[in-house]
Amino acid sequence: MQGIIIATVAVGVIGLLMGLLLITVDKKFKVEVDEKELAVREYLPGNNCGACGYAGCDAMASAIVHEEAPVNGCPVGGAAVAEKIAHIMGVDAEETEKMVAFVKCSGDCENAAARAHYVGISDCASAVASGLSPWTCDYGCIGFGTCAAACPFDAISVHDGVARVDREKCRACGKCVAACPKHLIELLPDKSPYAVRCSNKDRGVAVKKVCSAGCIACKLCEKQCESDAIHVENSISHIDYEKCIGCGKCAEKCPVKVITKRA
Amino acid sequence: MKLKTLKTFRGGVHPEGHKNLSKGQEVVPYLPKGDMVFPINQHIGKPARPIVAKGDEVLAGQIIAEADGFVSANIISSCSGKVKAIEERHVASGARATCIVVENDGQYTLAPGIGKVPHEGTLSNKDILDAIKAAGIVGLGGAGFPTHVKLSVKDPEAIDYVIANGSECEPYITCDDRLMQDENRGIVEGLRLVLQLFPNAVGVIAIEDNKPDAIQAMEAVCAGEKQISVQPVKAKYPEGGERNLISVISGRDLRFGQLPADVGCVVCNVSTLNAIYRAVHHSEPLMERYFTISGDAIANPCTLSVRIGTSHAELVEAAGGIKPGCNVKKVLSGGPMMGIAMSSLDVPTCKANNALTVLAEDEVEIADEQMTACIRCGRCTRACPIHLIPQMMAEAAERKDYEQYEKRLYGLDCIACGCCTYVCPAKRPLMQLFKQTKADIMAAKRK
Repeated sequence: MQGIIIATVAVGVIGLLMGLLLITVDKKFKVEVDEKELAVREYLPGNNCGACGYAGCDAMASAIVHEEAPVNGCPVGGAAVAEKIAHIMGVDAEETEKMVAFVKCSGDCENAAARAHYVGISDCASAVASGLSPWTCDYGCIGFGTCAAACPFDAISVHDGVARVDREKCRACGKCVAACPKHLIELLPDKSPYAVRCSNKDRGVAVKKVCSAGCIACKLCEKQCESDAIHVENSISHIDYEKCIGCGKCAEKCPVKVITKRA
Repeated sequence: MKLKTLKTFRGGVHPEGHKNLSKGQEVVPYLPKGDMVFPINQHIGKPARPIVAKGDEVLAGQIIAEADGFVSANIISSCSGKVKAIEERHVASGARATCIVVENDGQYTLAPGIGKVPHEGTLSNKDILDAIKAAGIVGLGGAGFPTHVKLSVKDPEAIDYVIANGSECEPYITCDDRLMQDENRGIVEGLRLVLQLFPNAVGVIAIEDNKPDAIQAMEAVCAGEKQISVQPVKAKYPEGGERNLISVISGRDLRFGQLPADVGCVVCNVSTLNAIYRAVHHSEPLMERYFTISGDAIANPCTLSVRIGTSHAELVEAAGGIKPGCNVKKVLSGGPMMGIAMSSLDVPTCKANNALTVLAEDEVEIADEQMTACIRCGRCTRACPIHLIPQMMAEAAERKDYEQYEKRLYGLDCIACGCCTYVCPAKRPLMQLFKQTKADIMAAKRK
């Protein structure tokens, strides 16, 4: 009987001491959490992609609250998220333009000429480093899907040897842009209907040899454009989206149909 | 013949040599007929700067692109004719490079001053290095490191071994073997010139024991030499690797990140030494080299004395073309262990290219379909000649854990010899993975 009493008292005292200790620790080492930060974090997408340039969504939320990052700093969340965060922060959200990734190559199995049977690691960067491209074009999409593997939103898939971006799923985080060893992917404003689907910087004759859908730098698009938005530089046509009004005259005239309306 | 145990290193593999294919043929000079193409980056370091323009007339032996900076090398025209273009073209590695294209007039008119004997008396060390630099000599064993840079070590007195690398361990290739038989005097003279730069060094010519003719030829000219000796070594792959040869000859091991000069050694390929001899004693810049065209798909496998800049397609024709009825499966720039698969023969021969191997269908087993997961058997670790752990390196490389790859596994020291890939029973593309990872890490470091 005495044993039970001693045990009960001992456990009770230890429990009391532990409780006091916990209370002190809680008071002393309390982490101040900004209510605002929690609220902002709530609206951020939470996939920690890092596209904003911060370590993750928590870091981004803290940066927004400390006014180190703009309220529309999350490219993934876009305008909807920016608006909600702006409301918390009590400022007006600037208009953010929705961007999407775009693969500047149309050299699929039908258009591009095959060069070699590549055997090795199924990764675009490895294939490029080995010097053995499956395609004759030195600039085009390899098609092993390194960009698709890098995409945190499952927005890229490879069809017929060329990567394609799903505009609905793309959040413009830019991971694919960094992953592509051929530097084929560019972020374009989602609302712009036209884009040049080629990156070949060779002259027309050389392009014709390797791909039936490559830009031959004929400059017809340049002549059509009324808003001075499309230019041929380094033997490749490029659209300036600040100026493009989306009239589609360039696409109409393009003899190789490399300027296309985006699906 | 007396029996003696030959020196060798730990690790390595014994691939089938296939050297008999091209070994017996006499070497004949091949004079190309088509256009000659000279890439401006045939060496490690900064690409050379073209000093000719389209339409210029050039002579054989003329410098057409100048070394740009210290770690760079001159590019020499090996034919006479008119500069047709300076444009981007494919080279053997599959990459594109700026090339000077010369329309070959077939005359091979030499530029003035070539072939004369420049010095009567003794040469100063500076004379030797200047002549090497002017001749555009780079390591002809395959790496292409500018030779004048390699020989300009900080403390020449600390060097006590100059190793002439005659251990041509890559299967199919016999160009160094032939060179040691034909130009044995040139090689020894070249070695003597290098030894002059390093007063405390001895010269060792290391030759694998599967080249008895070359050993005999070199021993014949080295008889009575005090400073120079011939050292037969065991035939094993990669016996001719710089690190392995140093450990075999001097007994010193290079620690991770060390260069040969750090352990008192300088290693030069025998063809480089011959080129040094010709540059210094005959004022002859690097215009030609021995080049092996071999493989079971070639009608007449042989070694040719080839002008730098000759198209590979022409060389295949010069070797009798492809065997009739033969289905070519794989074309390699180099040999089967370290060679690079090619997709076109329309590429020039660069200074550091030493062979072309054309393999027929029945000789090639495509590993792709047979690849399985790593079974952790550890054969790659046993085979690795520089004692790395390829299995763990591959794991780190696949996860892109570059910290682990570089700092803990010393993956940057991989010499890409391909031994691990050769022995792997799971047929994993280890060497490609390591080459890629090394390139990625180096690129990240440059940023």
